Amino acid sequence: MSLLTRTAGATPDDFAPTRRRGPRESMLSRGASLLVMGVFTLYFLVPIWWLFIASTKDRGDLLTTPALWFADWNFFQNVGDLITYNDGIYLRWLLNSLGYAGIGALLATIVAGMCGYALAKYRFRGRETFFNIVLGGVLVPATALALPLFLLFSQVNLTNTFWAVLLPSIVSPFGVYLSRIYAASSVPDELIEAGRIDGAGEVRTFFTVSVRLMTPALVTVFLFQFVTIWNNFFLPLIMLRSQELFPVTFGLYGWNTQLNQIPELRTYVLVGSFLSIVPLIIAFLLLQRFWRNGLGTGSVK
Amino acid sequence: MQQTKRAVATGVALLTALALAGCAAGGSGTDGGGDAAACAPADGDVTLEFTSWIPGIEDVVATWNEQNPDIQVEVQTGPNGNSGTYANFFSQLEAGNAPDLGQIEYDALSSFRVQDGLENLAACEDIVAAEADFIPWTWGQVTLGSSDGVYGVPQDSGPMALFYRADLFEQNGIEVPTTWEEYKEAAVKVREAGGYITNFSTADINQFAGFVWQAGGDWFTNDGDAWTVDLTGEQSTTVADYWQELLDEDLVATYPAWTEEWNNAYNSGEVWSWNSAVWGANSIASGAPDTAGNWAVAPSPQWAAGEQSSGNWGGSSVAVFKGSEHVYEAAKFALWLNTSDEALTALNESANIYPATTAGLSLPSLQEGVEFYGGQKIYDVFAEAAEQVNPDFVWGPTMTQTYADVSDGFQSAVTGQGTLLEALESAQASTISTLEAQSIPVAE
Repeated sequence: MSLLTRTAGATPDDFAPTRRRGPRESMLSRGASLLVMGVFTLYFLVPIWWLFIASTKDRGDLLTTPALWFADWNFFQNVGDLITYNDGIYLRWLLNSLGYAGIGALLATIVAGMCGYALAKYRFRGRETFFNIVLGGVLVPATALALPLFLLFSQVNLTNTFWAVLLPSIVSPFGVYLSRIYAASSVPDELIEAGRIDGAGEVRTFFTVSVRLMTPALVTVFLFQFVTIWNNFFLPLIMLRSQELFPVTFGLYGWNTQLNQIPELRTYVLVGSFLSIVPLIIAFLLLQRFWRNGLGTGSVK
Repeated sequence: MQQTKRAVATGVALLTALALAGCAAGGSGTDGGGDAAACAPADGDVTLEFTSWIPGIEDVVATWNEQNPDIQVEVQTGPNGNSGTYANFFSQLEAGNAPDLGQIEYDALSSFRVQDGLENLAACEDIVAAEADFIPWTWGQVTLGSSDGVYGVPQDSGPMALFYRADLFEQNGIEVPTTWEEYKEAAVKVREAGGYITNFSTADINQFAGFVWQAGGDWFTNDGDAWTVDLTGEQSTTVADYWQELLDEDLVATYPAWTEEWNNAYNSGEVWSWNSAVWGANSIASGAPDTAGNWAVAPSPQWAAGEQSSGNWGGSSVAVFKGSEHVYEAAKFALWLNTSDEALTALNESANIYPATTAGLSLPSLQEGVEFYGGQKIYDVFAEAAEQVNPDFVWGPTMTQTYADVSDGFQSAVTGQGTLLEALESAQASTISTLEAQSIPVAE
């Protein structure tokens, strides 16, 4: 992060002292890092660009015109077709995704924040063991848990419900880890003590004082979890059978497997994929402000 | 102190889970009435769960629900069988909450049967009586080669015929091949004209199996006790050698099927024909839109002049899962879905489903000329082909593994390492060992 901001905000003045010390290093490393960043930016942006271009074409143009430039502008037509296809099931999927990812990430952040805070600030027996177990959880891929979860949820008749996807999503071992590390360094014991002396309960201290100090970490946890849930594919695949419950990723995947039979789905999948990344971009743009501010505050202090 | 609390909490959670498990198991046990071999109607109203990935199936089922207030069907959907839904069926069977009915492609039916996941519908009179309505080979697919079992109701079929670029064949003075020998001669001429006669797909072994099927080969047979695996029989060898020659002489393209390159090869006129199933009509129309009006359909080339034999590629059935409490109603619905004119017409319109009943082949929607194919009544060709498919071809119980192994071998063969026949030989060996590993008896 610091490297990025430094480079981006670099002015000729910044380089003056460096040049005196050793010009080779500055020119070479700066050029190299710019090159690497440029390549990776392209690497990440070109597929999105392609997706956008593809969403603007009709089915015939898709295969016959250059992949990275516009043909006839059909975008709104395509979007219209997409959201009316099959009684607007796509919008339903989008809403579901927002529900799973929004609610799931929020709950996950609260749980992980409280858990990490407790691990950082309270001393109790078995604390390290508990923390190590949580850390172990980071290593277990979510995919590996999906099937056991399915069998478990089957026993309590929760498969093919909203809960089947939401409940597993509110667990974030990585969030607990991050919250603990961050709380340990950013929430001073004195402040908690002060809160106690002022007569605030532990819960109130946490929500009024500590949460504010932990904001950058919590925003990070939220974003990570939001993206993870949004992209989670395997769990819905295993758990869900009614398409009214599908998140958008899984719904689009289902369409994609039917291309042989229903050719027009190709366009819908493309436009649908493009639209489905928009909420992610919005979430990121809205939240990165808190994120950066918070990190900055931390470092100045 | 904390530890004790946690232990207690865990214990309570476990007990709750166990208690709930007990309830669930007890509940289904009493309602199910044992293994419910009989096929008898239920007393009251019934609600069935049906999982299918056919687009538009909801509308078809809605028609049924209107007409049958006492047997309501709830549709559940998912991706294509091999893309995840089969895996789900297996976990649901494991968990004891499989739906009543599920869509299963013919080549996967054996796997479910071997895992004891299907109800035998031979107990249902209506089902047994319906045999005569179906194209004979599709019935063979659901009886799995046994004489006293019916493990699903055939839904659709994929008889194969030859799609070809009528315009290019004519411009270059190439006759439409009627035998595989002529097909190869045509391939040479097409290559001279700068194209490829067809694309050999290494990933989709179903097409190759269709070729073997046409040639009269049998990859699997089941005598009731044990499976015989024969991927390298005479007919398979003939087919493999034939395509090996075409590959060796660079007469066919080898793009991965259904990719953009593949579409492009057809769209740009690089590839001139495709021996494919009836549903391939849509693949070409969607993948090669620029070539509209230039295609035509002819019967598949034959191994001997004058023969009339067809292969099949794809097709599925609707099966009733083990543990369904309403086998009678489920069977009744499955039969309506796949035999009634209104359901078949709707399925054909919404998802291009090509019916498995003989009566279905004369649906009005299948009698019209198709614009993309120059107005040709292409379904006539497929209707004829459907009658010429060998009814005895049976799929093995571990097709996923067999496909994967053959596909791996084919992929190396295409890059010049090994041959198609060698791929079949190694798949033969690994199929037998997979069967043995799952304790499925193999005949020597």
